[in-house]
Amino acid sequence: MRVTVRLFARLRDITGASELTRECAAGSTIGDVWRQLAGEFPELAQYERSISSAVNADYARMSHAVRDGDDIAFLPPVSGG
Amino acid sequence: MTPLLRIGRDTLDVECVATAVSAIPGRDAGADGAVVTFLGLVRNHNAGRSVRYLEYEAYEPLAVKAFERIAAEIRVRWPGACLALHHRIGRLEIGEASVAIAARSPHRGDAYAACRYAIERVKQIVPIWKREFFDGGDVWIEGATANPDDEQARAEAERAACA
Repeated sequence: MRVTVRLFARLRDITGASELTRECAAGSTIGDVWRQLAGEFPELAQYERSISSAVNADYARMSHAVRDGDDIAFLPPVSGG
Repeated sequence: MTPLLRIGRDTLDVECVATAVSAIPGRDAGADGAVVTFLGLVRNHNAGRSVRYLEYEAYEPLAVKAFERIAAEIRVRWPGACLALHHRIGRLEIGEASVAIAARSPHRGDAYAACRYAIERVKQIVPIWKREFFDGGDVWIEGATANPDDEQARAEAERAACA
């Protein structure tokens, strides 16, 4: 399966890209995609407990199963206002 | 017509949200007795640092949905109240408004509470981030872990609103 991963704020700074495409195995969850990415960019690991995730522009849990073509977003703690 | 919920790069003021919330189709505006507005401004100091300017970014489609969720929560908690909520993104200078909120309702108590609730929820669940550029460097500000379903956080926002 192939998914798009969007990264914001400091996560984007760490990876150097606001959007990445990654292959993942059938049955993968959002958490699996995150761990794959954190393996690639070890600095991401510090966000393990504080990120939120979304799929196709809706909040989703890390246990959510991804599908081919999904648009996944990882969000560091927010600071609007 | 000015939309009730908006993210954009234009400058914000009280007028734009007060107007939006006063002209909602189907709403009997004559039945309302209060509009409470809030402007969040870029401050020249934060955590002991001299701030030069801020840059805001958003995950816009999800941020607009989070605004819709906040408006829906307000309709449930304060049934007579309605909300306009605009947030600015891009580079903002000291003193400029980053967020503008107006809450309107038949009585002032609900309008005050709904307005305060909205800004508390913005800080909790809306995917917007600010990068602070200060004398000597820059830093991403990281506040709340965004989880719209965290009932404890929602209840805290309600307590702040009703204090």
